Amino acid sequence: MDRFRMIFQYFQSNSESVMNGICGLLALASVKMYTSLDFSCPCLPQYNMAYGLGIMFVPPIILFLCGLILNRQSLVMLEEWRRPPGHRKKDLAVIRYMCSSIMQRAMVAPVVWIVVTLLDGKCLICAFSGSMDPQKFVDFANVSTEQVQQLLAKVPCKDDELVRNNTSRKAVSRYLRCWSQALGWSILLILIIAAFLARWLRPCFNQATLLQARHWSNYIDIEQKIFEETCCEHSRLFAHKCILHFFESMQQEIKLHSFSLPREGGGAEGREGLLQGITDQDQVNKLLKTWYYEKPPLDVS
Amino acid sequence: MDKFRMIFQFFQSNQESFMNGICGIMALASTQMYSAFDFNCPCLPHYNLAYGLGILLVPPFILFLLGFVLNNNISMLAEEWRRPQGQRGKDPAVLRYMFCSMAQRAMIAPAVWVSVTLLDGKCITCAFCTSVPVETLGNASHPHLSQGEIQRVLARIPCKEIYNGQQLIANEVAVRYLRCISQALGWCFVLLMTTLAFLVRSLRPCFSQAAFLKSRYWSHYIDIERKLFDETCAEHARSFAKVCIQQFFEGMSTDLVAARCHLPRKAPADAGEAAEKLLGITDQGTMNMALKSWHRCKPPLHLHPPALPAGNGWAGEGQLPTHPSAPRKETAAYYSWV
Repeated sequence: MDRFRMIFQYFQSNSESVMNGICGLLALASVKMYTSLDFSCPCLPQYNMAYGLGIMFVPPIILFLCGLILNRQSLVMLEEWRRPPGHRKKDLAVIRYMCSSIMQRAMVAPVVWIVVTLLDGKCLICAFSGSMDPQKFVDFANVSTEQVQQLLAKVPCKDDELVRNNTSRKAVSRYLRCWSQALGWSILLILIIAAFLARWLRPCFNQATLLQARHWSNYIDIEQKIFEETCCEHSRLFAHKCILHFFESMQQEIKLHSFSLPREGGGAEGREGLLQGITDQDQVNKLLKTWYYEKPPLDVS
Repeated sequence: MDKFRMIFQFFQSNQESFMNGICGIMALASTQMYSAFDFNCPCLPHYNLAYGLGILLVPPFILFLLGFVLNNNISMLAEEWRRPQGQRGKDPAVLRYMFCSMAQRAMIAPAVWVSVTLLDGKCITCAFCTSVPVETLGNASHPHLSQGEIQRVLARIPCKEIYNGQQLIANEVAVRYLRCISQALGWCFVLLMTTLAFLVRSLRPCFSQAAFLKSRYWSHYIDIERKLFDETCAEHARSFAKVCIQQFFEGMSTDLVAARCHLPRKAPADAGEAAEKLLGITDQGTMNMALKSWHRCKPPLHLHPPALPAGNGWAGEGQLPTHPSAPRKETAAYYSWV
């Protein structure tokens, strides 16, 4: 029992830290993914915006779903939500608490991706270079409309022969990057302020309810783990008994068919117990064959 | 048994994490394999498509099969599926659960390979470079080129060193276009897989939680029972071997004593434990003969029943009197019916 207690205390203290760890790993993974991604803007008028905004918004959705999938507590919350009440009432406050904590953790990696994307600037340059007003830039001011669209679309591609060494291209690029970084830093600032306020002001409102909700959500989590542990322990004992019964029944069968004198106990008890009365190659073969062809029933009463 | 209990609990609690670990290792291995692989587009009109799609689709298939091969539970599933019913009914829900959980884990490495391939873009660039829309991206009005010629020129897009169609369509433009399409496909594929995984995981508690708990319990039970049976058989084999070898040495010792007409040794009441362990073989010649006999004529797989305790103090824990040879053969035939 001591061992069980230690294991459960470990689970208790580490459930939150395991989830925080996964959250952090996903955030790091999102940064790594962004840096290893080979961003290549198509530099074509119709495709730029779709590509740029796609790279900015589709991976965050994927990271959010991954955050939900990898979090064990989301399954626990769903089970608690969908179970029939039975003898135990459902407390919606607990479910809401669990849901909000899961969502908060799952939102970290997508936000990291979006902020990194904005601070880097390539996505916004790719998406919005075609929407710039050509009149503001010297080299694009006196060009025909279709051609200016082509040129603006090629701004993200530094090495394209049409816009290589074009000062207006650099101007557009700098302008868009400036906006992109400003947006990125603003989003980061707003989120950090929101997180700060939420954490500081929370004790002012409903602290008692919060403590209750947190306690019961931990309880549900632990109860689930203990149930799984107990089922494992039970199935091990069940299997043990089942196999012992099987060996005993084989022993009985062999005794019935053989005509040997009953053995005296005493010195041979220990070895007899280990050998279960099966002391011959043919007996062992029969035992193994019976195990395959006729598994014993699942009944150890 | 305590040791066994700890080992089995370790296996049980770690079976899932062990399988997840193998799954993660295979996913990492597939990304490593891709980066180590030297992609070499043939740059010929009909070969490009075959090569590109081959690299995209054949390794995932191999990784999927490998995922099944490396999974220990596949033999358990096969055994449970094929065993005769006997006294224990078969539950198809348990078999389905086992198969589904194995298939899900085996799908991860192939999905990673396909995603990495699409996001990298080389395969799609190689496979579909001949289908680039030259009218919109390049100079369709380039004269003096038949369809076949155009195909040959376009096929060289992935190979920058030998590309000679810069007037037809710029290499960078075509490569960027194809890579953009490839990355869009890649992200859509990853989004689709993630959404499917999310739906599978979150809809299950809503619909069949009780059936799921049952299937999970019995599939763990089958696994544990198999391991426990193997352990019990191993333990039995150990005891069997120990007694068999002990009886062999005693048989040898008795034969040698009878052959040399020695007086029997002093009663073992005052011989220490070490002398007992020597099993009556105390010189080089005897030992050599024992070893030769063990190699040339292994004893039958049949243990003599233990003797009734006699009055001379010989019937200690580890001692067995030997039978004379002739009855031994009779009892061998006697037991051989089964």
